[in-house]
Amino acid sequence: MNGAAFLTAQGLGVKLAGRVVLRDVSLALSSGHLVALVGPNGAGKTTLLRALAGLVPSDGEIRVRGEALSSLPLRERARRFAYLPQGHLMHWPLPARDIVALGRYPHGATDPARLTAKDAEAVLRAMQAADVTEFSERRVTELSGGERSRVALARVLAVEAPVILADEPTSSLDPRHQIDVMKTLRTASDRGGLVIVVTHDLGLAARFADTVLVLSDGRLVSQGAPAEALSEQVMAEVFRISAYRAEHQREAVIVPWAEI
Amino acid sequence: MSIQSVMATADIAARRRASVLAALVVLVVLLVLLSLGVGPVRLSPVSVIDALFGGGSDVQQVIVREIRLPRAVLGFAIGAMLGLSGAAMQGLLRNPLAAPELFGAPQSAAFGAVLVIALGLADVRSYALPVAAIIAAFVSVFALLAIAGRNAGLLILILAGLAISSLAGAATALVMNLSSNPFVVLEIAFWLLGSLEDRSFRHVMLALPFIAAGAIILLSQRNAFRALSLGEETAQSLGVDVGWLRLMVIAGVALGVGGAVAVSGAIGFIGLVAPHLMRPLIGHDPARLLIPSALTGSALLLSADIAVRIIPSTSDIKVGVLTSIIGVPFFLYLIMRERRALSGGVA
Repeated sequence: MNGAAFLTAQGLGVKLAGRVVLRDVSLALSSGHLVALVGPNGAGKTTLLRALAGLVPSDGEIRVRGEALSSLPLRERARRFAYLPQGHLMHWPLPARDIVALGRYPHGATDPARLTAKDAEAVLRAMQAADVTEFSERRVTELSGGERSRVALARVLAVEAPVILADEPTSSLDPRHQIDVMKTLRTASDRGGLVIVVTHDLGLAARFADTVLVLSDGRLVSQGAPAEALSEQVMAEVFRISAYRAEHQREAVIVPWAEI
Repeated sequence: MSIQSVMATADIAARRRASVLAALVVLVVLLVLLSLGVGPVRLSPVSVIDALFGGGSDVQQVIVREIRLPRAVLGFAIGAMLGLSGAAMQGLLRNPLAAPELFGAPQSAAFGAVLVIALGLADVRSYALPVAAIIAAFVSVFALLAIAGRNAGLLILILAGLAISSLAGAATALVMNLSSNPFVVLEIAFWLLGSLEDRSFRHVMLALPFIAAGAIILLSQRNAFRALSLGEETAQSLGVDVGWLRLMVIAGVALGVGGAVAVSGAIGFIGLVAPHLMRPLIGHDPARLLIPSALTGSALLLSADIAVRIIPSTSDIKVGVLTSIIGVPFFLYLIMRERRALSGGVA
C-alpha cells in the first residue's frame, strides 16, 4: 500500500438539518501519514471526520483500500476506522482498563473480563503506547483531564485500525500533554497507519503533520506539506491572520501572530 | 505490567461479582419460600417444600401450590423485569436516574389496560389486557426517547417523563370519570394501586410469556450498553447499531412492563432502586448490572409482598403503595446526590 492512496473521497458532500456543511470534498490520503485537518470554527472539520467514519450520511464516495465504505458492514467499518470524538465522554466510573478494552469491541471482544490472549495483548500495547498502565485499575471519572484523554487515546489505539480519526485530541491539554498525544499519534502513523487529526493548533499541525488539509466554509481549499498548505495567502484568506514563520530542527514553525 | 497482571485484576473482580450473584440467588430462593409460607395460615419453610413436591396435607398443598405459588412466581418475575428494565434504561441513557416508572411507562401501560376494561372490550383475564398495556407502554417509551432526542440530559428526560406520566394519569382519570359503572371505577382504582393478591396461574400465563420475551430482548443487547458508556457516536464507531439498540430496548421494556402491569397494576420504583443497590457491589459496568439488578428487583418485590401480609392493618396494604412509599424518598435522595448534574453541570 505504500504510496498508493489508502483512503479516498470523491465529491463528498454532507447536509445537516438542510444546511450544506461540506461540499465537493475530494481527497486521497496514503497510509503511514499523519494528516492535520485545520480550518476556522464551523468550517466542517468535525463533519468531514464523521463522514469519513461513516457516522453521518454523505453524498459522494469514500473508498478505503479501494473498497466503498458504504458496502462495508458496521463491524468491518469499525475495525478499519478508530474514531476519537471530542470531549472524551465516559459516562460510568469504569476502570481505565475496561474503557481501553472497548477498543476491541469491533473484533468481537465485547466483554473486558473475557479477553482472548490476542485482545489482551492489544489492550496492553495500547495502554503502554498511551502511557496509562499505571492507572489501569483506577476509575476514569477520578482521573485528571490529561489522564482521561490518554485513556481515550489508548482506547482508540487498541482498535489497531489502519485509520485513526481524532477530533481535537489535544484541546484542553497542557503543552506537555499536547506534545505527548501528538507523538503517540505520530508513532501510530510511523508504524504504517493513516492518522487524521482535527486541530485548531496550527503550530502542532506544522510540527507533527506530513500533510495539512485546510477546510473553509465546507470546502477543501488547500492541501499539502504544512508550510505550503498553510501559506501566507491561506493564512490571510482563510484564517484572516498573519503568522510568524520559521524552521526549527527541520520542521516548519508557524505561530499565529496578528489578525488582519 | 504484564498480560498476566491485566488478566489477574479482572479475575478478582469477576470472582467478586460471581459471589454477589450467588448470594442474590440464595436470597431470592429464601424469599420465595418465605412468600409461600406467609399468610393467614403460616407454614414453615420445611412444610412449604414438602407441600410443593406433593407432601403434607391436601389443605397445605392447595394453599402453597394454588394460592401462594402464582403470587410468588409473579412477584419473582415482575420484580425481575422491573429491575432489568431499570438497569437497561439506565444503560441506554447513560443515566442513573432513568427508570421506566419515572418515564411513565407503567402509567401508560395501566392506561392501555384500563381503557380495555372500561370499554368492556375484554374481560380482565384475557390477553387483550397485556397486549393493550404493551402497546401503550411502547408508545410512551418511544415518545419519551423521541422527545428527548440523542444525548439528552437528565433534566430533559425527567421533565419529558413527568409530562408523559401525567398525561397517562390524566387519560386514565378521564376513562374512570366517563365510566358509568361505579363498581368498575372502584375496581380500576384498586387495581391501579398495584397488587399481587389473589392471582392465579391464569394470570401467570398471561404475563410470563411477555415478561420472558422482554427479558430475553434486553439481555441480548447487554454488550452494546457497555460500548454505549462512551457515548452514542463512539458506540456507533465501534460497530454498535445505536438506532436498532434503542428500538430493542423500547420493545423489551414495553413487553416486560406492559405484561407485568396487566396483571399486577403499577408497581413503582423497583426499576429505579435495584441498579443503585447493585452498583457498590458489582461496579458500574451497565452490561454486568443487568442480571444482578433483575435478581435485586425480585428480592425487593418479594420482600414488599411479604411485608404487606405481615404489617398489621385494618384493610390490606397494596404492594404498589408500599414500594412507592419506600421508593420516593430514595428517589429524592438520588436527586440530591445528582444535584450537580441536574443543575446544569456535567452529566
